[in-house]
Amino acid sequence: MMNGAERIAAAFSGRKGRAALMPYLMGGFPDIETSLGIGNAYVEGGADLIELGVPFSDPLADGPVIQSAGSAALAAGATLDLVLGVAGELSARLPIVLMCYSNAILARGTDRFVDEIAAAGVSGLIVPDLPLEEAPATSKSCAAAGVAFVGLAAPTSTDQRLAAIGAATQGFLYTVAVAGTTGERGDDSDYGEVIARVRSHTSAPVALGFGISTPEQASAAAGAGADGVIIGSRLVREAAEADQPPAACKTLVEQFARALR
Amino acid sequence: MSETKLDHRFGPYGGQYVPETLMPALAELEAAWLSARVDDDFQAELGRLLRDYAGRPTPLYLAERLSAAAGRTIYLKREDLIHTGAHKINNALGQALLAVRMGKRRIIAETGAGQHGVASATACALLELECVVYMGAEDIRRQAPNVQRMELLGATVVAVEAGARTLKEAVSEAIRDWVTNVADSHYIIGSAVGPAPYPAIVRDLQRCIGDEARAQILEREGRLPQRVIACVGGGSNAIGAFTAFVGDDDVELIGVEAAGEGIDSGRHGAPLTAGGRPGVLHGSLSALLQDDEGQIAEAHSISAGLDYPGSGPEHAWLRDSGRATYVAVTDDEALAAFERTAQLEGIIPALEPAHAIHYALHVPSDSDLDLICLSGRGDKDLAEVLKLLGR
Ligand SMILES: Cc1ncc(COP(=O)(O)O)c(C=O)c1O
Repeated sequence: MMNGAERIAAAFSGRKGRAALMPYLMGGFPDIETSLGIGNAYVEGGADLIELGVPFSDPLADGPVIQSAGSAALAAGATLDLVLGVAGELSARLPIVLMCYSNAILARGTDRFVDEIAAAGVSGLIVPDLPLEEAPATSKSCAAAGVAFVGLAAPTSTDQRLAAIGAATQGFLYTVAVAGTTGERGDDSDYGEVIARVRSHTSAPVALGFGISTPEQASAAAGAGADGVIIGSRLVREAAEADQPPAACKTLVEQFARALR
Repeated sequence: MSETKLDHRFGPYGGQYVPETLMPALAELEAAWLSARVDDDFQAELGRLLRDYAGRPTPLYLAERLSAAAGRTIYLKREDLIHTGAHKINNALGQALLAVRMGKRRIIAETGAGQHGVASATACALLELECVVYMGAEDIRRQAPNVQRMELLGATVVAVEAGARTLKEAVSEAIRDWVTNVADSHYIIGSAVGPAPYPAIVRDLQRCIGDEARAQILEREGRLPQRVIACVGGGSNAIGAFTAFVGDDDVELIGVEAAGEGIDSGRHGAPLTAGGRPGVLHGSLSALLQDDEGQIAEAHSISAGLDYPGSGPEHAWLRDSGRATYVAVTDDEALAAFERTAQLEGIIPALEPAHAIHYALHVPSDSDLDLICLSGRGDKDLAEVLKLLGR
């Protein structure tokens, strides 16, 4: 059996020249069952990997859409275990990369947390408030459990930091497209510079996220050289607004998948 | 990665649990403070502003009638008499000058009681900086006079509607603004919390409280106090009052948190007193109110400035190392001390230090000489207090 890092690598290398599509799913939003339905819709719509968010009360890296989805998920009774249940189902179909803030990891105990997500079939872990300096214990646990500890690079990162982050990352390098929180951004984006900068510091696939909210932006990111594209707030907003979230999200994911073909 | 020179950890506490986007700005801030704090010109300018503009040193006042009521000598360090009415100006002026030095002309601040927002707005007016202040909608309601002051001073006050709509949410929103506008903005955090190097910078800027008080009490009494008592929200006035005395082993250091409706009620703002597993909030590891899943709990206090589920990391370490003690005082007790201080001394304290005064007045002790940090004045609280007292 492949470990998490290998599964992620296979998802990136199996895409034959096109960029991998990684939609973000807020675990437990609007409720656990529907979030599983949305995840399955992502699979059927053409996703290559899924980024699965663990809802948190105070998500510093997230804008209003993901913040309020997280609060709603918690109010609806979402827990880490329930979200890992969703991960367990979805991981049978696609590699799952879990997005979780550091306090939820500490609360469970780092080693135990990592063992439990590995047991649920999670392939990779992203911790948006755990920069390289604070990451050694978590990345060590992940290495032992075969979970890829995915690093984050930002447009503000210095070359020195990018070199260290690019060398340490596993699976892929999560590249934040803009200085800011998650959220839809309208600007016709020039992603070339940030991708080129990051790529010169890593041999891992480069996946771009934050602010990518239209198929046009997704194809611009792929055209600028991204190996993967992460779509967050746009899909979470669809889940919040649609009458039939799974069906609506499937349609949307299909549009993004088509844009990347 | 870079050589660390300011404290990043206090025992196991502190650290930098922030998005990567902010890490270069934290490094820049640390480098700027390391150079500013040994730069004679910078220190002279800060000293001049603190003295001529803000009114330092603040008096140390022998509160005779409070002393009689307590049965021991009580001195009040009068931070309520400083410009804008609370210790927050010490930090705001220092960090605003630092922002100018870093070439950042836009200031972000959060505020609970409104005192740090007013202090930041004041410093920005003086130094011609743009100022955006995040404030929970509930705090905007209960600290209305301070909202008007900030706006008069030219600041933009942004209401935060998330969660319990108090200080925690305001800090989160301020950090999100900073993540987005980090290139041209400096975040003036209002307490000894946040990612490194903030707790160390805020301590450096607030330690004038204890440095002055130590010299003043030695001059007046010829000896050190037996206890230094200060209220703790995030912990900036307390760390400011404590730092000068940390090396004086015989001086007891006591931080007074908000017990709200009582520690047992679960509705309080006393993470250091309540104990439990430490956690990460707003960029650092410290004592924290949270549930088993690591979701942050809502705090509760009658005083907006103590209504915070987190605590400064240095306080968590002072507690664990046994150097300081943390206790908590309820809403009702603080209200009583608020009224008592007004009637006995003709001083209307802010609700925050009223917690510290209640502790000194009512909890038995062998001490015969207490120093209390009167961190701010109570004008901002009048309407709310009169309503609660049914007048
Ligand atoms: C007068 C006063 N005292 C104390 C505090 C609590 O903050 P800290 O613990 O940082 O001193 C505040 C906060 O707003 C305040 O306004």
